[in-house]
Amino acid sequence: MQTIKEIQDEIVDEFSMFEDWEERYQYMIDLGKTLPLIAPEYKTEDNIIKGCQSKVWVHAEMEDNKIAFTADSDAIITKGIIAILIRAFSNQHPKDILEANTDFIDQIGLKEHLSPTRANGLVSMIKQIKMYAIAYQTQLQ
Amino acid sequence: MLDINKIRKDFPILNRTVNGKPLVYFDNAATSQTPQQVIDVIVDYYSNYNANIHRGVHTLSQEATDKYEDARHIIQQHFNAEKAHEIIFTSGTTHSINLVANGFASLIKKGDELIVSALEHHSNIVPWQMLCEKTGATLKVIPMTLEGELDMEAYANLLSNKTKLVFVNHISNALGTINPIKTIIDQAHKFGAAVLIDGAQACPHIKPDVQALNVDFYVTSAHKICGPTGVGMLYGKEEWLTKMQPYQGGGEMIDQVTFEKTTYAGLPHKFEAGTPNICGGIAFGAALNYMNAIGFDKIAGYEHELLEYGTKKLKEIEGLKIYGTSKNKTSVISFNLEGIHPYDVGTLLDKMGIAVRTGHHCAQPIMDFYKIPGTIRASFAFYNSKTEIDALVAGVKKAKMMLS
Repeated sequence: MQTIKEIQDEIVDEFSMFEDWEERYQYMIDLGKTLPLIAPEYKTEDNIIKGCQSKVWVHAEMEDNKIAFTADSDAIITKGIIAILIRAFSNQHPKDILEANTDFIDQIGLKEHLSPTRANGLVSMIKQIKMYAIAYQTQLQ
Repeated sequence: MLDINKIRKDFPILNRTVNGKPLVYFDNAATSQTPQQVIDVIVDYYSNYNANIHRGVHTLSQEATDKYEDARHIIQQHFNAEKAHEIIFTSGTTHSINLVANGFASLIKKGDELIVSALEHHSNIVPWQMLCEKTGATLKVIPMTLEGELDMEAYANLLSNKTKLVFVNHISNALGTINPIKTIIDQAHKFGAAVLIDGAQACPHIKPDVQALNVDFYVTSAHKICGPTGVGMLYGKEEWLTKMQPYQGGGEMIDQVTFEKTTYAGLPHKFEAGTPNICGGIAFGAALNYMNAIGFDKIAGYEHELLEYGTKKLKEIEGLKIYGTSKNKTSVISFNLEGIHPYDVGTLLDKMGIAVRTGHHCAQPIMDFYKIPGTIRASFAFYNSKTEIDALVAGVKKAKMMLS
């Protein structure tokens, strides 16, 4: 199994092949469009993170001591970034999730989307991912 | 005719690039850009006569006081207020509205009714809801039509002897609709209600005459009219300002202070506690001078041309829907692309150097009315060009292609 760091390095590698912003964004848009990210029954009011600009839904489940995240957004670019975040953080041990950071997002030129003032729900989503990790970690102990 | 090339040279920011592209600034309804003439006034203030006002006997304080009071007179003349002390400096429109809402707390009682419109910015809703909570008064809402206009028949039916205050924007920030404020004011006055007009969106395009309107309160922000942020004004009829309680206590607003009793200063100082944004106030006056030198008739005429051109060009894009289609509107185009979230379009436009606003524009009730999460809003100013609109149209087309 790949570690979070290995997955993040892989994503940075992939993005380094894009020549300009258009290719980068087109890739994220395609990710956002194609991936089924969350089961409809989890797209509930309880799981919603309201950004000022776009909405994000997050759901977590633990199996074999690993947390599986599913999420969605009403905006495609936000959804594309969610896909990347989930690829890095899902199916990992809670402790590893807690220790990981999101610096790789800066490296792939998407830093602005994780700005707290952007109000797209992504910053809250990362907080939520960490909160789930804390909760499940406590369960394991 | 406006000499657009000459005007653009007044705005240094228009020369910069964003993400490697020339900046196309279409977020004027959020804040306008600042001409060199106003920047110079700000630099001059801090370079030559920065001092606290109204109290000092030294030269700098006197100079700053004179300039600050000159600015009050410029504003008075601009809005054609009868008296200079009817102009209160505030930190902006939101502050002005809160000042009136608080000042009315002692004049409103349980059972009274206040009327708001469905087209308001949150800042012209929330302070009044707080006033209602405090006093037990009820808030009534003038509904809007699909075109984004106020339902004036419904308004007439809402008015009664219970109505104490009506507050409506002159122009909607989200849709650009110009509201029939003269009718709104006259009808309210028949029932003895006072009217506050939120002019934040109107003042960049129109020169309001508060006496001709016979309005009780008119509020606006300097930063929408080529001035700096953090300063604005409240025009209030003397009779109302005299009746209202001061909003904030502190220095400058007092007549005499003892621990037993404090008496308040006269107008306008009663509402101007603390050291104000002195430089901002002076620059506000300079901004009005700048706009008046160009002329509001010319500005409005040119902006209307931009609105018509932009509307025509954007409408040619398949699947593009414009919200706010009143015949009576200013240079704001709020739109969406079918099946595409406004955030996505705004993000891609930014990559192309084009600044628009996306989201609910602090007017969630309007978005709820149209059942949309938000819109993309392009708002044009007199320093924008048709070439820039062409760039926007090309940008929207490109975003649509990438997102479809």
